[in-house]
Amino acid sequence: MLELAMGIMLGLLGLGAGCAMIAGIGPGIGEGNAVAKACEAIGRQPECKSDVTSTMIMGCAIAETTGLYGLIVAILLIFVAPGIFTGILKDAIK
Amino acid sequence: MTEKAAPAVDVKSAKFRRVDHALIAMIILPILALIVLKVLFTPAAGEGVQIAGALVFLEIPAPLMPIYISESQVNSWGVMISILGLCLYLTHGLTAKAELKRQLVAEWMVEKCESLVRNNMGGYFKEWAPFIAAIMGLSAFSSLICLLGLFSPTGDVNITFGWAILVFFMIMYYKFRGGAWNYTKGLFKPIPVFAPMNVIGEFATPVSMAFRHYGNILSGAVISALIGSALTGLSKSLLGFLPGFLGDIPLLRVGLPAVLSIYFDVFSGVMQAFIFAMLTMLNVAGAVPWDDWNARRKKQNKPEIQNTAA
Repeated sequence: MLELAMGIMLGLLGLGAGCAMIAGIGPGIGEGNAVAKACEAIGRQPECKSDVTSTMIMGCAIAETTGLYGLIVAILLIFVAPGIFTGILKDAIK
Repeated sequence: MTEKAAPAVDVKSAKFRRVDHALIAMIILPILALIVLKVLFTPAAGEGVQIAGALVFLEIPAPLMPIYISESQVNSWGVMISILGLCLYLTHGLTAKAELKRQLVAEWMVEKCESLVRNNMGGYFKEWAPFIAAIMGLSAFSSLICLLGLFSPTGDVNITFGWAILVFFMIMYYKFRGGAWNYTKGLFKPIPVFAPMNVIGEFATPVSMAFRHYGNILSGAVISALIGSALTGLSKSLLGFLPGFLGDIPLLRVGLPAVLSIYFDVFSGVMQAFIFAMLTMLNVAGAVPWDDWNARRKKQNKPEIQNTAA
């Protein structure tokens, strides 16, 4: 019984971690858009290249945050959650 | 005002050289000590993927919960000593004519940092340059330390949270310059229903700064560890037939992880240091309520403050 419950729990945690990383799609699209627009801007005004580049990198870094939240949730699910949930399961089945 | 003439420095004297060597030792020795500590405390490696957090060197018993002296703390102390040594080395033997090449490097660094702060924060904040430079240097060197096989302090959420909390207090200090009542009123804008959101928004700034830095460094470390273990497994199954010890060496691990590390460790680490410093500057400079502050100063008969741009 305990083994079955553990197996289901670990599998679901892995699935959850995978689902959390869907968050990576958003920043990918967003940063792609940002870089495309930055390239357009540099093409239009090559003299502003350094300003546009630094602004773009700042924007990309901030847009990345949502993806990183997903990553942190996934890492917690893989490395931290099993320990906690195993304890809870053992207590519940006892 | 008369400027006191700097004492003449004889850059070739034996005393100067001795101090120089001591400073170079101050740069290198902490890092070597950290490597020795790491080697002494690392437990024997097992099979499979190795993704471990910071080692705990020492446990000090305390009333509420034990205080842990972890690898990330000790590593960041080592980096601090090392950076201090680097700064002392670069500024050792300053002369008006720049006899030593290292003086040019030091001047370049100071000038770059001051112009960065002036362009992004305005003239009123020009004294902030040392703090911004310190945060940038500490963050960059903490991330780069993983090139030597040590644990990056920035890959530990506690360290980045400590920096972010520091920045949070600075933001709060400047937000309260406009008066506590004005600040509280600002939380209920544009309509009072938004108050909980505004309060959460205040705390979201340090949390997002800390998680951004930590997540970027940690994701690089995790991906490097995964690729390393995957290549080990691959070379074991492909090249395992080689006789003797040749079969045990993961030959496929040569090369590819180093190339990836240029992005994940070097580029990402330096980038995040720059972004953390940039966000610190923008958040602090953007937090000042100039109109309210100047209105308050007018009541106290103090001169008005102008934040001159550039």
